[in-house]
Amino acid sequence: MSMNSLKRRGQSPAPASGISDTENAFFRMEKINKSYRMGEEQAHILKDVDLSLERGEYLSVLGPSGSGKSTLMNIIGCLDVANSGRYVLDGHVIEDLGEAELARIRSREIGFIFQNSQLLPRLTAQKNVELPLIYAGVPVRERRRRAREMLERVGLSDRMGHTPNQLSGGQQQRVAIARALVGNPTLLLADEPTGALDQKTGRQVMGLFRELNDEGRTIIMITHDMNIAKYARRVVHIIDGVLTEGGGTADA
Amino acid sequence: MLDSIRSTFIMLGECVRMSLANILGNRVRSFLTVLGILIGVAAVIALITTVNGFSGSLSNSFSAMGAGTLTVTVTGSDLKSGLSTDDLAEIAAMDIVDGVTPSVAFSARVSRGGSYETGISVSGKNGYYFTRNPDLLSRGRAINFTDEDNMTRVCIISPDMVEEFFYGVDPIGENLYIGSIPFTVVGLTSEEGSGNISDMMSGSPDIFIPYTTALKLNSANVVTSFTVYLAAGVDSESASDALEARLDAMFSYEEDCFEIMNMSSIEDTMQNMLNMVSALLAGIASIALIVGGIGIMNMMLTTVTERTTEIGLKKALGAIPWQIQAQFLIESFLLSVIGGALGILLGLTLSLVLSKVMGTSFVISTFAIVLGAGFSAAVGIIFGWAPARKASRLNPIDALRSA
Repeated sequence: MSMNSLKRRGQSPAPASGISDTENAFFRMEKINKSYRMGEEQAHILKDVDLSLERGEYLSVLGPSGSGKSTLMNIIGCLDVANSGRYVLDGHVIEDLGEAELARIRSREIGFIFQNSQLLPRLTAQKNVELPLIYAGVPVRERRRRAREMLERVGLSDRMGHTPNQLSGGQQQRVAIARALVGNPTLLLADEPTGALDQKTGRQVMGLFRELNDEGRTIIMITHDMNIAKYARRVVHIIDGVLTEGGGTADA
Repeated sequence: MLDSIRSTFIMLGECVRMSLANILGNRVRSFLTVLGILIGVAAVIALITTVNGFSGSLSNSFSAMGAGTLTVTVTGSDLKSGLSTDDLAEIAAMDIVDGVTPSVAFSARVSRGGSYETGISVSGKNGYYFTRNPDLLSRGRAINFTDEDNMTRVCIISPDMVEEFFYGVDPIGENLYIGSIPFTVVGLTSEEGSGNISDMMSGSPDIFIPYTTALKLNSANVVTSFTVYLAAGVDSESASDALEARLDAMFSYEEDCFEIMNMSSIEDTMQNMLNMVSALLAGIASIALIVGGIGIMNMMLTTVTERTTEIGLKKALGAIPWQIQAQFLIESFLLSVIGGALGILLGLTLSLVLSKVMGTSFVISTFAIVLGAGFSAAVGIIFGWAPARKASRLNPIDALRSA
């Protein structure tokens, strides 16, 4: 079902690149600047960041810690807004929006995957996956059905009733992926998705990302690890708040 | 529109479930948190119910003692020291009056055979008194109108007198000497006494005789104390005014010749006092509710801090600020209402025990329950508001970072 709906979305009039089309763009950042006040000093975290994405892309943002990649992720994920510049996601001009609307965008457009999976310890895997649908107001039965479907998709059909502490790190991260997918978001946004995993499990999760991308999912992965970044089809580098195109990876 | 209402309900329903899971998941902590509310509500309920039961018993005994009666004590003037039989008949004939009972009380030396007893209280009553107090007589006959007219020497005696003078003998038909005059015992009173207010105040008399006989025995011809029984449905306030006017006329408008005691006004005064006392006590008990509310607020603030990451995560997953606020508000509301419900149960149990101990009636007061429930709900919302708002305002980035 997700495949079809994504494909249908993909056929909506795709904007040709060009500034006049900004509002119809799928993902476009122009001259994004972000600075924080750190005591007396103004810390300029993001400097004139330009970034565009087409539907179905798989991008990784590679940068060392302190490079501004977390701030960039927060802005992409609509958890934070830029000081200046323009960010359009799926037709929404983000800087115009209030807190409630940002929440709605997060609910509809973005599936978050965090480094340490961030599952609620008291809830079962299935309940954890249902969580975004609760805030979207999806009825119980449909919620359950979709959560089960997603857990099956990530290969955890036999772990639905388990709580996070009964699952391995890799399984926990797969539950988190199912939770990110369940709202059928436009964009999967992953922050160091393998950071807490051993190499083998990390590779499995990366394999799953690839599959999802093959199914048409758009993915942005933030990482400091070159070896992980190379799983994406396109890599951009961020250093000291400046974003540079790093070219495609092997098979892009 | 309908869809958004529906999804709001779905979300709120889930909030209730999650809140219950949180409350029940921390049973000991939740219980300690609601203890303040529990005690406050229990105190308010126990107070109101007990005071209600007490005032119910009070008004019961007042109506037994003399609802619909006016008791008149005559001090008299120089010209007129009391009321004659004709005066009493005039009062008894008033529209508002059902009947009048004169009371001629004195104490006497009572003897039979070789034994005697001094200081026995004797009360002169009329036949109407026994008609109005049918439970007074346990055996034999009452004083009747013929006795009044003929000043017969008959008496009705209490169980104490029977024990004193008639051990092993059936007293009815026997003679008993009041002073030096022989009286025939015609009836026995029951253990409880008349329950009449004037008797209640002077203690139940040991011997009843016709009031006319009593007057003659005391060489008197006027009555200085009597009770007026009002006709059904007559308001005692206005009746008291009418009676006062009539008595004023009888005493030629001289001042301070008599005093009318209105049972219902005494009862009103006592009820007012009782209400004031209960309001005061309820005020003190409500301090416990406020303290309980602060306890809930404290717990909710702790909860918000503990669950910062969870809040951040939920926000990242698309929860709108008011949804977060609703979730915490529902949690503090449920916590407080659970405490309130337990408090109502405890309060009712306490007041049931108290009513048994004090011998008052136990009436479950709907008002008290509604008050207790309302109070605890209000406390939950008022004291949960600030923590819930704090939660809803958390920045998701900071919240997630605190993990």
